[in-house]
Amino acid sequence: MAEPLLKIEHLTKKFENNIVLDDISFDVAQGEVIVVVGASGCGKSTLLRCINALEPIQGGSIKLHGEEIVYGSKNLAKMRQQIGMVFQSYDLFPHKNVIDNILLAPMKVQKRKKSEVREEAMELLRRVGLDDKAESYPRQLSGGQKQRVAIVRALCMHPVMLLFDEVTAALDPEMVREVLDVMLSLAKQGRTMIIVTHEMQFARAIADRILFIDKGKIVEDTDPDTFFEHPASDRAKQFLNIFNFERSK
Amino acid sequence: MNWDFIQEYLPLYESAALLTVKIGVAGIALSIVIGFLCAVVLFFKIPVLRQAVSVYIEISRNTPLLIQLFFIYYALPKIGIKINPEVCGMVGLAFLGGSYMAEAFRSGLEAIEPIQMESALSLGMEKSQALRYVVLPQAVSISVPAFVANIIFLLKETSVFSAISLMDLMFTAKDLIGQYYKTTESLFLLVVFYLIILLPVSLLGSFIERRLRYAGFGS
Repeated sequence: MAEPLLKIEHLTKKFENNIVLDDISFDVAQGEVIVVVGASGCGKSTLLRCINALEPIQGGSIKLHGEEIVYGSKNLAKMRQQIGMVFQSYDLFPHKNVIDNILLAPMKVQKRKKSEVREEAMELLRRVGLDDKAESYPRQLSGGQKQRVAIVRALCMHPVMLLFDEVTAALDPEMVREVLDVMLSLAKQGRTMIIVTHEMQFARAIADRILFIDKGKIVEDTDPDTFFEHPASDRAKQFLNIFNFERSK
Repeated sequence: MNWDFIQEYLPLYESAALLTVKIGVAGIALSIVIGFLCAVVLFFKIPVLRQAVSVYIEISRNTPLLIQLFFIYYALPKIGIKINPEVCGMVGLAFLGGSYMAEAFRSGLEAIEPIQMESALSLGMEKSQALRYVVLPQAVSISVPAFVANIIFLLKETSVFSAISLMDLMFTAKDLIGQYYKTTESLFLLVVFYLIILLPVSLLGSFIERRLRYAGFGS
């Protein structure tokens, strides 16, 4: 197998004396879609935040293309440009309209020409069905629309990899679908993605691999069919059971 | 009311008002700069500087302007620092206003969700870029009402400048009362001139507030 795009080795993250991530190691290959599942508070969101160095880590290493991502280092901004991230809560800049939200980083950080980025942004907006909202402000959009804009904003930086942190957790069911569809189409284009989600059906549909995390450790690292049909650990069986309901009548 | 007297001494008030405005504007401009720097120090929790800023803010907010001015004008020359009354007024106003502006900016900065900074950083911006393009514009518009209130407060505080022999509006009024006993006329002019200075600021302030609230982020 070729050199992995992202290589995480022995990652340890503590808050005070509380160990949140405990000796996490895994690789992500180019074009792979990894879905991270687990109970709330198991550390999956923290894992994404560590990959993007929004949190300092206490041990281990995270390497993108063989180059280490270090919290607080000088080239951190450069590294982060290669990693797009979309958050759970709406992280659009409320004082800028949709198109300016998208153009800000490519123009200021990558010093690209406005006309060129604008053309690309409009094309991406069209693909997510929001080209008519380019001049709208975030507060004029629904939650699902905001998340789609956030995805376009991340894509316009041409990242080699995308991180999604429970992007549909705060949305109404109908809006969940429109956001998940965008993510599915990105997966079809061969994008490398790490997705944290509670949407199990979606996880199964989109994932090349499922990572199941419990109490800061990777308990299962397997393909989705195996994970959902024949989970190896008791903890995973227990977890998956939460999503099954028996008829009450 | 003696209108002839008012007409005769109008020019005196005009030049006094000009002095008040001059020192007021310079002092306020300086206090905005100080306030901005202090707020950034507090927001980023920069060690050492942060403690120094906290001490400054407490001293500045818990002593009256009159006493600050006395200290700068009468006490500092004893240790060899001599400054003319105009600069003294400016520095005094900036010393007082800096802390108020700092608190106004800080409350604006703290009102911005950390996710805003994080999402800017995750787009590959440097911290300074995130501050400049994302956090500050939002923080400033939140701070505007407190900001306008501070400007009006500081302009009103200029009325104690007469204590350090600056020939400002208050000084002129007291002087005329002392010389001619025309109390009503002198005080009438004083009130009118302060209103001429302050009313436009108030009106402009509430206009800006309305625009920021309704138009700024799209409605």
